[in-house]
Amino acid sequence: MQELLRIGCASGFAGDRADAGLPIVAELAGSNGFLVFETLAERTLALCQLEKRRDAARGYSPALERMLPIVLGPALANGIRIVGNFGGANPRAAAVRIRALAREAGFPKARVAVIEGDDLTASFSPEELAARETGGTVLENCPEVVAANVYLGASPIAQALDSGADVVVTGRVADPALALGPVVHTYGWDWMDWPRLAAGMLAGHLLECGAQVTGGYFADPPFKDVPDLATVGYPIVEVAGSGHLVMTKPARSGGIIDVRTVTEQILYEIHDPSAYLTPDVVLDITDVELIPDGPNRIGVIGARGKARPDTLKATVFIEGGMLGEAEISYAGPNALARARLAADIVKQRLAARAPELEFRVDAIGITSVLGNLSAQAWDEIGGAPEVRLRFAAQHARRELVELLLDEVEALYCAGPAGGAGVRRHSTARLASASCLIERERVAPTVMFAETPA
Amino acid sequence: MSQNVEVPLHHIAHARSGDKGNRLNIALICYDPAFYESVADQVTAERVAAHFAARRPGKVTRYALPKLSAFNYVLDHVLEGGVNASLGLDGHGKSLSFFLLKLKIEVVPALLKQCANRMPHLRAYIDTSKDTACSDR
Repeated sequence: MQELLRIGCASGFAGDRADAGLPIVAELAGSNGFLVFETLAERTLALCQLEKRRDAARGYSPALERMLPIVLGPALANGIRIVGNFGGANPRAAAVRIRALAREAGFPKARVAVIEGDDLTASFSPEELAARETGGTVLENCPEVVAANVYLGASPIAQALDSGADVVVTGRVADPALALGPVVHTYGWDWMDWPRLAAGMLAGHLLECGAQVTGGYFADPPFKDVPDLATVGYPIVEVAGSGHLVMTKPARSGGIIDVRTVTEQILYEIHDPSAYLTPDVVLDITDVELIPDGPNRIGVIGARGKARPDTLKATVFIEGGMLGEAEISYAGPNALARARLAADIVKQRLAARAPELEFRVDAIGITSVLGNLSAQAWDEIGGAPEVRLRFAAQHARRELVELLLDEVEALYCAGPAGGAGVRRHSTARLASASCLIERERVAPTVMFAETPA
Repeated sequence: MSQNVEVPLHHIAHARSGDKGNRLNIALICYDPAFYESVADQVTAERVAAHFAARRPGKVTRYALPKLSAFNYVLDHVLEGGVNASLGLDGHGKSLSFFLLKLKIEVVPALLKQCANRMPHLRAYIDTSKDTACSDR
């Protein structure tokens, strides 16, 4: 009888809590356990690519240095294998670093597998990528791309584990594939067993955002209360050989797993629920049911699967110009009128100095995330004890963006009375596009980082 | 039916946003399956498109998930270009789930009464049975 497979997720994004894996390691110790880390937002990978250009030994996810020194040793000591997309733009460099961390933790023989083949920049020209763009024309006439990475599936991960990897480090793979790899490795499912692959992919989908399924990103007191959110437990999924799933979390951890939290995460970033495209299977969740199975345990049944798509999705980044943001506050009596005058002054100055620059004005706390003040909402604001104005612009020419920020800063002395707390910031932007890539032009590879002499 | 009570969606349902490029999805989930039919009848794709008119949605599609007491709304072109292009603070559209929850729908008072034990905030509607009882701030 195969021991029940349990997979925990210690990270749902690059900025996630560094120590989230420790309670999962304690829970999984001594069993058939895996720990997965998702640390690679689309933009994170493009930034990794830029870092690799500057330093060939870098370009892996910055989360590696934050998370693995804490969790790697305890995981290896307890026989828990790790799968993570720490590789970013440079999985080999990540593997070298992980081997060094393992050695420092007392595991010089830890086997670290590297998955490559997601980076398309060498095998596709910008024109070839532009011809494969879907849903836009961002890549049209673009001479150079910053990053082009295709979402690989779970097969190379399973292969690496079959070959004895203790740690599998990938670049871009479909996030739920980080979990499907260990599932197929454990149960040996056929790569055309669509219903069970669908269940495994759903397990990965429920794990991939970490605490978002255990009460994180959920609390709305008192409508949705979450106990002890400050110590929220990260998720663990139990996967049976039949494909039956149970979502749970470490004993005595904070947070909550119930029908509500699991339902929110099932539908997270889903479009057509009957056809969620992944590299290994098309997942249909329209028949999924959630069955409570004791405190903080939810059974998940009913996932259906259809044959995998013929193409793989890739995300391509090109340089997107500069984004500049500047803020200033007005407070106390007549704050709104002074803020409005400040915005008018900046508009008048820019109209004379840089008429080609479009910019946006927000009043943070009043109308910013749901609306903006560029669209004449001033008269709808009755008044405000404080107004924090935010100006934002993007342009290929940095000096134009800086001009806007200069004009906001100049409000200090030359604008309305009481302007306070200017902050300004500008950053290089990356524009993204999606492409569909033929499978036969993608060749994932598995190799092991060499044992240093 | 004229005795129906108007409530904000926020009091009978919860929601979560997700983004892919310039496309937003919002999962709207009834706290109790009893509210599913009211949401099905009233929170149509057309009504959601009108609610988000300021973002000029390209297309709004609604997918029904009766086994989860949920609907998934997919709104095209509402993220001002998405997280890598928007000039706004919330390029992901993460806050837009709560904008959807501002929508109001009419509910039969008996349903509110039925759920009020588990959802104490619904008692306010039963006591007065007036739509003025409803305020979303």
